[in-house]
Amino acid sequence: MFPFIFEWVWDTSHLLFMGALWYALSIMGLGVTYCVVKSIIDTNKEDSGSHSHH
Amino acid sequence: MIDDAALIPSDLKRCSPKVFYGGIAVVSAVLLWGVYAMFLCWFKGLNQTNMNDAYGFALWIWADLAVIALGGGAFFTGFLRYIVGKDELKNIINFAVIIGFICYSSALLILAIDIGQPLRGWFIFWHANVHSMLTEVAFCLTCYFGVLTIEYLPLILENPQIYKNAFWHHLSHNLHEVMAVFAATGAFLSCFHQGSLGGVAGVLYGRPFAYREGIFVWPWTFFLFTWSAAACGPCFTILITKITEFITRKKLVKDNVIELLAKISGWMIFTYIIAKIIDTAYWAYTTAPSMGFEIGQFYSNNSLYGYWILFLEIVIGGILPALILITKKGRSNSFLLMIAIICAVIGVTTNRWVMVLQVMAVPVLSFEEWYMYFPSWQEIATTVLPVAYGIILIALSYRYLPVFPQEQELYNS
Repeated sequence: MFPFIFEWVWDTSHLLFMGALWYALSIMGLGVTYCVVKSIIDTNKEDSGSHSHH
Repeated sequence: MIDDAALIPSDLKRCSPKVFYGGIAVVSAVLLWGVYAMFLCWFKGLNQTNMNDAYGFALWIWADLAVIALGGGAFFTGFLRYIVGKDELKNIINFAVIIGFICYSSALLILAIDIGQPLRGWFIFWHANVHSMLTEVAFCLTCYFGVLTIEYLPLILENPQIYKNAFWHHLSHNLHEVMAVFAATGAFLSCFHQGSLGGVAGVLYGRPFAYREGIFVWPWTFFLFTWSAAACGPCFTILITKITEFITRKKLVKDNVIELLAKISGWMIFTYIIAKIIDTAYWAYTTAPSMGFEIGQFYSNNSLYGYWILFLEIVIGGILPALILITKKGRSNSFLLMIAIICAVIGVTTNRWVMVLQVMAVPVLSFEEWYMYFPSWQEIATTVLPVAYGIILIALSYRYLPVFPQEQELYNS
């Protein structure tokens, strides 16, 4: 799975297969991370906004 | 008795907890039967099945390929909704995602049983055979299941009790905002895993019944599988929607939404079945004879695999639904629509049956007989298990989540 695994070979097949897998996982991971971080910021903003009304 | 009124979206009407949980209990009994069979397979081994050297791919793999094809409604509807911009489909996309989630989680569950030693399931990632189409399938299936989970999550977060929490509320909103990225990723992954499942059959040089020629490393079956899943998957979504409407005795999705999806699906089936007929003719008159076979040898001298199966797949499961769904009169008539979507579902599942089981059954050497197979009860129980699980998940989602945006409006009218 990773270049440091003993079965790894630097060839086209490994680069294509594993590259595509990591690419898909990266998009999913980054997408979810973005949403979680933005939600934390939005929640904090909302909290500070509601405090300012009091 | 449980009082779950607070968990039900406030503007929606639902049956009493007694009726609901009574129904769930009945389906759970079937589920437990499947779970028992699953544990038998895990603890006692694959000798619980009737699979053998001839049938290494049997009922499970057919069920696996069938649910993956039927779950294709999720990626194709998502593609139409988020990438092509068919806005009306927002009214059915939630349900398509739930069905896709059920289908793909079922597919992974079936594989976990099929590999016999699920504790070694991670080997496929860690010790990947990068020359195998099945490795690509495993990668894409797992990733796409992740995508479906992400797509399902905002809907779960819209449960009234969860939605009260500010963070979950924002997370649901933000996930919706970037859903097109996940939908595009899902469509990409689906194209490859659906295709590679077909590709596996097409590269079987020793099995002339399945072997196909093609483009570069891809046999025609690669494209036919992706195409058929995109074509027939939405029909399965419509079918389950209609069944849900029948059980709940409520209209849940407006006719124009169903008709749009049916029309697109109809044209997809129409073009697919033309490609399938050309593929079958080329295989029958060129590929198979070049390997010393005549088409009749694949459909005779056995008790099960006659020409009827070819007729069922292509005419009943392909031409008939295509002709009904591409005509406005056909798809707007509720009886004909039901016939068409049932036929389309039968067509694609028959295709997967043929490409999994008939491939194994056909004798390839002159001294061989047809290999016949009947699944053990454990195989049947574990194949019924995902159906029971699917019913329970749909029931829970329908009860506690705002799955159908048009439900309230349709109820009031």
